[in-house]
Amino acid sequence: MQPLEPLTVLIAEDSAADRLLLSTIVRRQGHEVLTAANGAEAVEVFRREQPHLVLMDAMMPVMDGFEAARQIKTLAGESLVPIIFLTSLTESEALARCLEAGGDDFLAKPYNQVILTAKIKAMDRLRRLQATVLQQRDLIARHHDYLLNEQRVAKAVFDKVAHSGCLSAPNIRYLQSPYALFNGDLLLAAYTPAGDMHVLLGDFTGHGLPAAVGAMPLAEVFYGMTAKGYGLAETLREMNAKLKRILPVDMFCCATLLSLSFQRRTVEVWNGGMPDGYLHCIATGERKPLAARHLPLGVLSPQAFNDRTEVHSMAVSDRVFLLSDGVIDTCDAQDQLFGVERLQQLFAANRQPDHLFEEIEQALHDFGGEARDDVSMVEVSLLEAAQVSPSAPVYSDSGQSCPLDWSVSFEFRGATLKRFNPMPYLLQLLLEVHGLRAQSGALYSVLAELYSNALEHGVLGLDSSLKRDAQGFARYYEQRNARLDALQDGYVRVHLKVTPEGEGGCLAIRVEDSGKGFDVTRVMQRPLDDVRLSGRGVSLIRQLGRNAGWSDDGRSAHVEFFWEALA
Amino acid sequence: MSVVTEVSPDQKKLTISIKGRFDFGRHQEFRESYERLNQKPESIVVDLKDATYLDSSALGMLLLLRDHAGGDESDVRVVNSNSDVRKILAISNFDKLFDIS
Repeated sequence: MQPLEPLTVLIAEDSAADRLLLSTIVRRQGHEVLTAANGAEAVEVFRREQPHLVLMDAMMPVMDGFEAARQIKTLAGESLVPIIFLTSLTESEALARCLEAGGDDFLAKPYNQVILTAKIKAMDRLRRLQATVLQQRDLIARHHDYLLNEQRVAKAVFDKVAHSGCLSAPNIRYLQSPYALFNGDLLLAAYTPAGDMHVLLGDFTGHGLPAAVGAMPLAEVFYGMTAKGYGLAETLREMNAKLKRILPVDMFCCATLLSLSFQRRTVEVWNGGMPDGYLHCIATGERKPLAARHLPLGVLSPQAFNDRTEVHSMAVSDRVFLLSDGVIDTCDAQDQLFGVERLQQLFAANRQPDHLFEEIEQALHDFGGEARDDVSMVEVSLLEAAQVSPSAPVYSDSGQSCPLDWSVSFEFRGATLKRFNPMPYLLQLLLEVHGLRAQSGALYSVLAELYSNALEHGVLGLDSSLKRDAQGFARYYEQRNARLDALQDGYVRVHLKVTPEGEGGCLAIRVEDSGKGFDVTRVMQRPLDDVRLSGRGVSLIRQLGRNAGWSDDGRSAHVEFFWEALA
Repeated sequence: MSVVTEVSPDQKKLTISIKGRFDFGRHQEFRESYERLNQKPESIVVDLKDATYLDSSALGMLLLLRDHAGGDESDVRVVNSNSDVRKILAISNFDKLFDIS
């Protein structure tokens, strides 16, 4: 055994002879000795000299050993200063009192040198153990503080990115633990230029910083591409490719993406690896599951990735509810999962839709006892298009190089129509014209509507009357996908012409397709405020653009936008 | 041992059995179970008969195994999963990558 480090030992003993005897024994072991003749003196010496260990006589004048022990223990605080009582007391009650007063051991008189030495050694071991524990505890606490601080800073940076979107929109309710990000949960929402709303609920594999790292690039892609008018498919492909490239093999991101169109009253859904979401139809009370059809983001190569989405019709105030696996994977004490059935029972019992989150939280609490911090829920409801007010995009260029007199024509042919969405490019081009920026939402909506009419009704020959009811609606989008897959030829042409007019200008858009056309007179006779599922596109174009018209038996559509002098 | 490995006599087939929770705590053992082999097996079977639970890091480990075994050319089967485990594999659509039974 390695020799003891010399200790400072306080000997509190009222008998001068005993004091001398003890001092000699202790000094002989190599320790330094301090002495006191009563309890009050002992406390005073302790305060001044901070000895490592105390030998304390129980019975002393002025202040007895019991009271002195209590005071010394208080002064010592967290660090262990062992107190060995020296006592001629023999009855067990008195010995117990020594320990109750804070003593760690006792030594019976007359003193046995061998036992005293052994006890000092044993107490010193305890003292060191306590010191090590305290040191390690403080170290852990310090590391924990660092970690929390790092998370706080990382979260602040991330919140700037994540909340640059529209999570605060009136039709979004969500619940996330403040540090959900460090459990890999991610919630993003943003408006497209056409006023549609894109929402992403994601869940990265793993916990802590690794789980949070992938969130930043994912959010950048989501916001960047949504703002530019890319659809879900393009955004998904880009997110998948990016995550596949940057993440290690065993990391990926389960995600559900939504695109809510207030104009068309539809929701487009892609679910890769998330629990079922639910489309809640308020009128019927039905909750349609939005099941995972795909592998999570970041697993498949860009070639193998599947961006196929599902489209469902919605009525105003219908809701889409998404949740992370923290909800259904909450375990009780027996390792039983909360599960989907219990969630559905809550749905069935729910009377006030606005209290659903609280009811789920309460049920999870009652079930599992302890709250998990990776429980995320979001609910998005469909508003009247007129109630939606996306904030205007911010542009940073000066406007000096604004092009005001030009025209351009595109022809998009079969193979291109299958995979490529030209809308974002066309919109970027048009928004170089500063006068059009104020109407970017209307412009995008009209352009997108003209293009999808030309593609779906023209080139693909789909019958819009199919969309009259919800089943037909689903069938319509099935047919759309099937015909698009089989598409060989056909074209959509887009002609854009910008001309200056006085201080302002005019944009003329013409879109032609290779389809069979339609009965223009009949469609134009419909009232403008048509709220049926089908045919909404045409009235939208007529309301948002000027001088809208169709020619060549419906195969050619044109519409104009004007702007005045810029302020 | 919560991860037990068995190599067929001809060294062509590796069977990895997981007992109890299949989560991040098994990470090291699971990786070692196939990385320490001198000869790469032609096929790998992950037996989940005694696995009670599987979390997303376990899914990540399966992806690592698949990658190690040759990615799209690999032959990795996941067998004997109980209903809870099968649900988790189904939600993640891992049946598109693994032969699950």
